[in-house]
Amino acid sequence: MPTESLIGYGAPVCVDSGSDQDGYLQGCTQVKCCPRSLYSLVNCPNFPPQLSAGPAQLSPSLSGLSLQSQTPEALRVVNLLQERNLLPLGPVTPPTPCLPQDLQKINCHPEVFRSTLTSIPQTQSLLNKAKLPLGLLLHPFKDLSQLPVVTSSTIVRCRSCRTYINPFVTFLDQRRWKCNLCYRVNDVPEEFMYNPVSRSYGEPHKRPEVQNATLEFIAPSEYMLRPPQPAVYLIVLDVSHNAVETGYLDVVCQSLLENINALPGDSRTKIGFITFDSTIHFYNLQEGLSQPQMLIVSDIEDIFLPTPDSLLVNLNECKELVQDLLRSLPQMFGKTMETQCALGPALQAAFKLLSATGGRVSVFQTQLPSLGVGALKSREDPNQRASAKDIQHLSPATDFYKKLALDCSGQQVAVDLFLLSSQYCDLASLGCISRYSAGSVYYYPSYHQQHNPAGVECFQKDLKRYLTRKIGFEAVMRIRCSKGLSIHTFHGNFFVRSTDLLSLPNVNPDAGFAVQMSIEENLVDMQSVSFQAALLYTSSKGERRIRVHTMCLPVVNSLSDIFAGADVQAITCLLASMAVDRSVTASLSDARDAMTNASIDSLTSFRTSVLTIQQPGLLAPACLRLFPLYILALLKQKAFRTGTSTRLDDRVFAMCQLKYQPLAYVMLMIHPALYRVDDLTDEGALNVSERTIPQPRVQQLSVEKLSRDGAFLMDAGSVIYLWIGRNCNPNFLTQVLGLPNYAAVPLNMNMLPELDTAESQRTRAFVGWLREQRPFFPILHVIRDESPLKASFLQNMIEDRTESALSYYEFLLHIQQQVSK
Amino acid sequence: MEAAVFILSLVDCCALIFLAVYFIITLSDLECDYINARACCSKLNRWVVPELVGQALATVLMLVSLHWFVFLLNLPVATWNMYRVWKVPMGNMGVFDPTEIHNRGQLKSHMKESMIKLGFHLLCFFIYLYSSVCV
Repeated sequence: MPTESLIGYGAPVCVDSGSDQDGYLQGCTQVKCCPRSLYSLVNCPNFPPQLSAGPAQLSPSLSGLSLQSQTPEALRVVNLLQERNLLPLGPVTPPTPCLPQDLQKINCHPEVFRSTLTSIPQTQSLLNKAKLPLGLLLHPFKDLSQLPVVTSSTIVRCRSCRTYINPFVTFLDQRRWKCNLCYRVNDVPEEFMYNPVSRSYGEPHKRPEVQNATLEFIAPSEYMLRPPQPAVYLIVLDVSHNAVETGYLDVVCQSLLENINALPGDSRTKIGFITFDSTIHFYNLQEGLSQPQMLIVSDIEDIFLPTPDSLLVNLNECKELVQDLLRSLPQMFGKTMETQCALGPALQAAFKLLSATGGRVSVFQTQLPSLGVGALKSREDPNQRASAKDIQHLSPATDFYKKLALDCSGQQVAVDLFLLSSQYCDLASLGCISRYSAGSVYYYPSYHQQHNPAGVECFQKDLKRYLTRKIGFEAVMRIRCSKGLSIHTFHGNFFVRSTDLLSLPNVNPDAGFAVQMSIEENLVDMQSVSFQAALLYTSSKGERRIRVHTMCLPVVNSLSDIFAGADVQAITCLLASMAVDRSVTASLSDARDAMTNASIDSLTSFRTSVLTIQQPGLLAPACLRLFPLYILALLKQKAFRTGTSTRLDDRVFAMCQLKYQPLAYVMLMIHPALYRVDDLTDEGALNVSERTIPQPRVQQLSVEKLSRDGAFLMDAGSVIYLWIGRNCNPNFLTQVLGLPNYAAVPLNMNMLPELDTAESQRTRAFVGWLREQRPFFPILHVIRDESPLKASFLQNMIEDRTESALSYYEFLLHIQQQVSK
Repeated sequence: MEAAVFILSLVDCCALIFLAVYFIITLSDLECDYINARACCSKLNRWVVPELVGQALATVLMLVSLHWFVFLLNLPVATWNMYRVWKVPMGNMGVFDPTEIHNRGQLKSHMKESMIKLGFHLLCFFIYLYSSVCV
């Protein structure tokens, strides 16, 4: 190999963070070689990335050539009108970029960083010809089981573009390295020459920074604008009559009491409480008081803080008082008759309280804010829910929440919103408070402790996750790309502070982001381009850290290579985010047309430019064979559907989730997975930590696949449906559900009983495995013919025709008609 | 009378030129990161309505003094300004919205718009100057 050596074949070097869920390691330069690859990500349904398909198998010298010599699997022509079974047996795997084997081995994991096109076009005109969107989807703060943490006195960065050194730089000799984003030659600092792994000198390319595409630095003081803030949590609770009726206060207080020691933080952690109805109530929790003291501010036009301190107290010092307060809160407001709700002033008070330090505000709201600044009116017209034309009121009604969110973002305060209401709450306006302050929105329609016990369980589990998950404060994220590419649009919950700097007052492991790129200059003479996402944050223990992810992708200049590298799931998710933006700025019908046109245009482009032999039918490359199916699924998704009655808040929440959730969960939301479960076998089962998880085949979403004598499980991300056929195998009913016959299946069963039979164990293992893979808790609903949820189960059958939408086959015919024009 | 109309329009046009330059300078400050999005947008939003009024004034003056060609020249810009203000959705913070300005590449389009307006106002300035001298 010439001196310009890329990374060798050495096993990835990582600093084992053990099973510590936080992954926090102090000053660790002690390394152990892992026998397994770096990418043991626990929450990964697509692990390991399949290397079976595609030209990654080609030797490094050949992979630079274009793929004309053999038609790879990805470009195999599929006639969508004839082939019915398009879904793979298991989960859809992302395509592997066709890089040399040694580079691809250390490339960033697709669960963390993914591109819509794994082969980047060389010119913008080529990209326009392909008619596919170019963008990146990232999940930068994902919970990782193995994360190398590097404490180094110098963090090596490029002098001009400030990129962090990464596995894809080139070392010109031992002392100089060439940045892979701006191509500038930099010097290797003296300290970097020493490699702590092999205790050798003169091998900078063996250091962990250059061997891992995902790693974390402990940031020195130059990376801090102010001393790292402590973890500060403020809970803002709606205590109007309506709210107390739903009984959510008990659940919240109980959950806080249980998890109070598990809140991420250290000895400086602070906590505070505000409750509101038509007035704002503050709680003085000063150490030394015998019980918490409530201070009421009724002047909501001009909110002020009643005492300068002791409203936000140190958690460890005042723990008993906090626990007292949590125990007494539900009773305090048990008999309240206040019906008004002053959310705006409460948020202003929360902002005032937290503006000195920054932190997280958790707001629990159960009705439309009716009093004070930021009061909202009910804009939804129930008759328009099933409108076949445009949907109105998808954008905010007032700019108050946006302005407040920007103020909060400036002071490093993030606001998370929990909406638990049964009526219209104008989520389109309220959601702005979270969207621009990097918070998250949780929505529990029709929450009630008696009428909706499944919802209560879901809320409890979500709260537990919310309170105990990892959190980063006062964060900023920068996404850099190679010279020639530029990022123009961002999707997700944050404030875009400057052209590529995202301000995230809080960063949490459940947030996903997407960006769209364009090719400003032609990428000639470049074999590959790189992307780097750097997230600078303060951990809950007050440590300033930088998480860096780097991805490298090849550059190609032929249309067939671009199609071969298309990642259909990433494209669908990016299109969904773009469609949400379009629905809000233009109109919903525009967005729907744009999505349909996306599939038509890309298939037309494939047909005219790549196909050599014209055949009848609707031809698509194998990598894009699921594209029309996913587009149809999006068109029938709650966010974009017309003609079916959809509540406005449900629709807006679906839109928020499409933009906020990481890719894996968005795909489940869009295209749920359907399995037959009454005949689970151990054939092809996974062995995970000594449990055998059966792996049934994924079925198409059509009632044609449902059969009366079976039971089917549909995994739709946030909810799991178990549909029991009328003539279901009695064996299944007795062994798994513990019921004598079909008639005994109750209408609202939410749990599988723990029976000692093999079938029950298999079914529960399977459901448990599905649930483990995601951070939120999906409720299980057992559905029979007369169930009230049957309609929502059947709405997920996207391949079928409904009164207001086409079936999959009809949609394909419509596309074929447009493509052949 | 004619001269007076043109001199008034000339002065109005001068004001519009200065305003366009101010917009361009503020937007380029934002591009170079000298000010933040919030400050920039609040500055610019303050001057959107005065610009609208100034442009409408020039248009009306031309209409009233029956100079059809110049009136028709000014009319598109005036209507565009009014459309721009009317089109702003309720939840946005004005024509220049700090949450969107970086996110959707609006910076470039606003900059382009201001440049075009500057060119247009300069053209109008010379037309008025020439007309006021000729009359």
